Amino acid sequence: MRVAETCIPAMTPVTLITGFLGSGKTTLLKQLLDDPALSDTAVLINEFGEVGLDHHLLERLDETMVLLQSGCLCCTIRGDLADALRDLLSRRECGLVPPFRRVVIESTGLADPFPVISTIKSDPVLRHHFKVANVITALDAVNGLRQLETYGESVRQAAIADVIVLTKTDIADAPDVVRLTEAVRRLNPDAPMIPASDTLDANALLNGIAREQASGFHCDEPASAGNARSPHGSSIRSFVMTVETTIDWTTFGIWLTMLLNRHGDRILRVKGILNIEGEAFPVAIHGVQYLVHVPVHLTSWPSTDRRSHIVFIVDGIEPALIERSFVAFNGLGTSSPAVRQVEEA
Amino acid sequence: MCSLCGILGGNEHWADAVARPGVYTRNVERIDRRRERANRVRIANRVLSVFGLSLTDWQGSSFLLSTRTGKTEIIEDLGHLWPAAERLCGRSLDPLDEPFLERLEADARG
Repeated sequence: MRVAETCIPAMTPVTLITGFLGSGKTTLLKQLLDDPALSDTAVLINEFGEVGLDHHLLERLDETMVLLQSGCLCCTIRGDLADALRDLLSRRECGLVPPFRRVVIESTGLADPFPVISTIKSDPVLRHHFKVANVITALDAVNGLRQLETYGESVRQAAIADVIVLTKTDIADAPDVVRLTEAVRRLNPDAPMIPASDTLDANALLNGIAREQASGFHCDEPASAGNARSPHGSSIRSFVMTVETTIDWTTFGIWLTMLLNRHGDRILRVKGILNIEGEAFPVAIHGVQYLVHVPVHLTSWPSTDRRSHIVFIVDGIEPALIERSFVAFNGLGTSSPAVRQVEEA
Repeated sequence: MCSLCGILGGNEHWADAVARPGVYTRNVERIDRRRERANRVRIANRVLSVFGLSLTDWQGSSFLLSTRTGKTEIIEDLGHLWPAAERLCGRSLDPLDEPFLERLEADARG
């Protein structure tokens, strides 16, 4: 039996769920697996035993793959992630598994999310069939701040996140939650933060970033620099570069590729909405370290603000130096954008 | 097809994205594509000249990156440009390097 091709998107979106050890990502995953919204989803997890699927089980397809009552396909990753995804793709094409329309991957607690994203974007087979839709990071409201201050992995997971789910907020002290929120905002000013709850909408969570990209650009006001502690020393920071005039696209491409080629390991994220010279509507860009997603041409401006805003999350790079470099390069293009302000979060 | 690895389609670079709904690219009409390539060569050369390198368009499909002594590499897109430039130069090309920025700023002032 061959799966009807109309059921399957040309590029299957992949969501990565990450979070430090004990951050509650398995609990979050359990909750998502209960949701009928995941009926068309293949979920790759580390270990069946951790999630406890027995009461959801409909059929065991083989030792690494089970079908849940909701219709969700659940697989364990044995060895290489790329092999697991290729195997899933092959089985779907052959009609051996239900025609899933998206993939959710649970990463291990100590994993840096970047290699997973890199695998999907650079593998010669996977990059033509899967696209990274978003990264959801579970952050423990009780221990999260200590983890951010102690472990680089935790900082990178929070910095790369498109959506942050605050877990254990029911048992955390309110001042701790406020301090954690401030610390996260300093690291990642533009990721929506939502508390984990019994009513968490899986569909909204998994599709959230797509909606955000379609509607424009989200960025909270940078957190006050007053009493928020800077997690993990002070080397990782975020800032928003605001450009008053239009940007020359050709020059921007040359500048950003040169910047990421040399400093991609220290530029954890770059995300922005650009007012491009000669274009009526803005262009959204989104990059994680060395990888930049294809630019999205928005169909409207999210507000009356026509300035370009670019959020950088960097490790040990001076914001002023990035700004100076940006201005110097743009001086070579047809327009000469002036950076009015660099706001550090 | 990539002549080295034999893979169809090659890698899509974000600055040369394939035209499709919702994606911003200048890779649509032939005239736009050629104009964009000409602009890219012109602007990239102002940066590369600081390092003694030059870029030329090759048949509208690739670029030739050369040193002043004629050592040349064929590159496909901006993703390949900077690693190739560093190989040919034998040093890292850092857009945050202050002496480099001073040269660039002086160039922009004309």
